[in-house]
Amino acid sequence: MEPAAVIFYILASIALLSAVMVIAGRNVVHSAIYLVLTFLCVAAVYILLRAEFVAAVQVLVYAGGIMVLFLFVIMLVNLKDLGAPGVRVHATVSGVLGASAIGLILYLYGRTPLVADAPMQAVQLRPEGGNLQAIGVALYSDFLLPFEIASVLLLVAMIGAIVLARQKY
Amino acid sequence: MPVPPSHILVFSLLLFAVGVLGVLTRRNAIVILMSIELMMNSANINFIMFGQRLHAMSGQVFSIFTIAVAAGEVAVGLAIVLALFRNRDTIHVDEVHIMKG
Repeated sequence: MEPAAVIFYILASIALLSAVMVIAGRNVVHSAIYLVLTFLCVAAVYILLRAEFVAAVQVLVYAGGIMVLFLFVIMLVNLKDLGAPGVRVHATVSGVLGASAIGLILYLYGRTPLVADAPMQAVQLRPEGGNLQAIGVALYSDFLLPFEIASVLLLVAMIGAIVLARQKY
Repeated sequence: MPVPPSHILVFSLLLFAVGVLGVLTRRNAIVILMSIELMMNSANINFIMFGQRLHAMSGQVFSIFTIAVAAGEVAVGLAIVLALFRNRDTIHVDEVHIMKG
């Protein structure tokens, strides 16, 4: 097995384990830290997939901005222990149903692979100037309108968050 | 990358499943938002993997849009959590059933 493949499997297992820890832990701060670990592993997978710019954005936006936001709110709401609610019927039923759905999908995948399963060769998606320039060209030519709409969306989200979190309204 | 694409698909499927499980089982609103982030990440992995597979740049561009939408969603969601905590003094979603019929 090639080194990149080994690295991918290690990263994937770390990401999955820490994702499980996110939803399994009782302490919300620990969940946030494990979420950072998951994001960093996913960013490393992006680098393996030759999407360096998206990996950088992932680290900056997710592991930087979004996690700071999460930690701020965790500190602000001053969590009391939510109390172990014991065995809940809904949670058990949904867990069993979800696990069987995943099992079904994996079974179907084993019967009919979704894509031709040759290992991907190292594709060069970089005309010149690297991945960043290619993304920039695509973003400002083919995807100009969605790009502007995304900026409007961020503005709306910012105003909405300010209005919602105000003391009095 | 010398890994079959389907293995990456299975990885993102499992990540998505963990996120769904978190949304369905946890009752803490902040943890539910974190699980939604996990699901968005798995969708991003799919975008980038298929973009690479089909030699198209649009996969990476769309994943950047997804990240932007996720940032806005988290900001609004956490503001809602804050407002909820101010008004009801809890972020336990089972105790917030004022709109239940």
